This record gives sequence, structure tokens and C-alpha cells, in this order.
Amino acid sequence: MHMPLEDTLGLNLLAANQHQADHNREHFDHWGLLCLNVMSSPGAGKTSLLERTLAALAPEFAMAVLEGDMTTQLDADRIEAIGVPVVPITTGRACHLDAAMVSGGLGLLRQRLNPADLDILWVENVGNLVCPAEFAVGEHRKVALLSVTEGDDKPLKYPVMFREADCVLITKTDLLPHLPVEVERIETHIRQVNPRATVIRVSATDGEGLPTWHTWVRQQRSLRRQDTLITPAIR
Amino acid sequence: MHEVDMTRCLLLSMQSWRQRHDPATPLVSRVHLQVGQFTCVEPEQLCFTWSVAVQGSWLDGAQLEIETVPLVGRCIACGGTYQPEVANAYQSPCCRQPLEEIISGRELRIRSVDYTLPTPSSPIA
Repeated sequence: MHMPLEDTLGLNLLAANQHQADHNREHFDHWGLLCLNVMSSPGAGKTSLLERTLAALAPEFAMAVLEGDMTTQLDADRIEAIGVPVVPITTGRACHLDAAMVSGGLGLLRQRLNPADLDILWVENVGNLVCPAEFAVGEHRKVALLSVTEGDDKPLKYPVMFREADCVLITKTDLLPHLPVEVERIETHIRQVNPRATVIRVSATDGEGLPTWHTWVRQQRSLRRQDTLITPAIR
Repeated sequence: MHEVDMTRCLLLSMQSWRQRHDPATPLVSRVHLQVGQFTCVEPEQLCFTWSVAVQGSWLDGAQLEIETVPLVGRCIACGGTYQPEVANAYQSPCCRQPLEEIISGRELRIRSVDYTLPTPSSPIA
């Protein structure tokens, strides 16, 4: 009879993903770029928002997009049409991007350009309010979108996503006159789970809030530039 | 079904733990996890994907034991602790403050492993 043994690990369950995410982050810092991870449920307007944002910020920043999608390349085609380099990452059955997939996407991106020339790398995650919240990809900031058509209870039902976000965009506000939804209640519910997030109402259709959102992006980019000065280069 | 990916991460961690005991392969009876209430993990789903994933591997037969850790917040106004009503209300019942500080409930931790080591085989004469 062998003695039963017990090893205490105290390890994060997602340590393997976190390790790869940290590695991605080291690369981002080495290249001096800002990486933003954009997440939402399917159809909340991530791609439409990115189209408008990329077009508006292209004169100021060199940007690229890693485009996560479960099966198709349709979103990547929309981004490519704006003239911003995009690498589609088809996740197959996986309902989120993980750090290894993003690392693979970076490999493909490096065949097309030098990431050190980029100011901002956008990661458009797979449409899902659950899983992407737990899988870091090495991003500096997380952006969550919630469209007004989804109802005001979503921040309470999917709290981890909204808790994790640094910025929450309430999208499709041009539809508000047609909906029995109070945008103030959405904001109150977001604040309940995350009092620190920046919350901005936007519409990619009529342009409401986009200047405020672009200012937020510029601020993050500017903070990143300052960070880069004190981040040691990786060997 | 992100529990599949979580299981994959868990197996990778177990694999690196196994190397501590190289060249022996530990016989694992139980893996203890702590899963916070304020995470995206469904314990039953995780147990199911684990039981499928370990079949035929060195971890075959190892049970996954999941301890659920409740969500506990601290009220920013009075400092009192409280358990938010998950999926319904997160503000503090005492002062109606938002969920600022989380004391517990975000855990996704491999706490410990129960195992035995096989007796070293006799050297071949």
C-alpha cells in the first residue's frame, strides 16, 4: 500500500493561457503598440464600430486588426475594404479567442508587416458574452459592447464580461426612439458590476458618441506611449 | 462550451506537474479545484469535459472535486462585507454602493492533487 500524497499547487486553472497571454503582451510592449480586445455578443455591432473607428483614426495611427470569427471570413473582408491590414482567425468550434490563437494570428501578421510600425492592434473577439471574458490574449485594455436592443438586464446576467471591461460602449443608440428600453437603466446596471469602467453611448449609424470614443482610444494610446518608455525591451 | 478549453488548460498544468515526479507517473485519485461564483465556469460542465478528456490517459479515473467559492464584496462606503445576489443585484444592501471590491468569487484555482507514487521497479539483473 502506498502512502497517499497531496501536492498543493495553488495554480490558476488558466495558467497555460495566461502564460501565453503574458508572452503576447511582452511582444506588444516590445513593439510599443497598444492592443485592444473588443468583445460583445453576436450582432452588437463590433465590426460596424471598427469600420467607423478605423476610418476615423487611420490618418493618425497605423493600425491592424486580428479578426476572430467561428467559421467565416466575412468580417475580415469588411475591415480589409477600409484598407487596414487584417488577419482572420477562424476559431472553428471555439467560442472565443485564446492567447495561442492570437499568437498564431500575430505570426501571420508579421509576414505582412513589421508590428513595430503599428500604433494600435485591434483584436475583434468572437461574438459571445461569456467565454472571452475569462481568456486573456495579452491585451492592454478590454472593450465590451452592449447594444440597446439586447435589453438592460445583460450586465447583471453576464457580469464577468462587464466587470472585466475598461470601457463599455452602449451601441445602436439611434434605435432608442423605437425601443421600450431606458438607456439610463443599462448604465446603472453596468455601474453596479463595474463602477470604474468608462461608459459611452455610441451609434455607428448616426455617429453619436464616436468622438468621445475616439478620444478614449487616443488617451489609451498616449498612456501606452508613456508606458513604453519604462518597459524594458524583451531579449 | 469554453469548459473544453478550460479542461485543456487544466490538463497542460497537470502535465507540467507530472514532470516534477519524472520518471515516475503519479497515480492521481483526485484533483481539487476552487471555482468562484463570479466566473464563467459551470462546475458540472467542467466535471463532464474532464471525465471525457482523461479517458485512456495517465489521468484516467482521477476525479475532479470542485469547491465553489461564493462571491463576497466589500462595501466601499461602510467597509462591511456582503454576498451579492448573482445575476440579479450587485450593489451593497447596506449603503446601496456598486460592487467595487471583490474579496472572493473570482477564483479559478487548482488547489491540490491527491496521488500515490508507484513503487520503483527492481533493477533488471
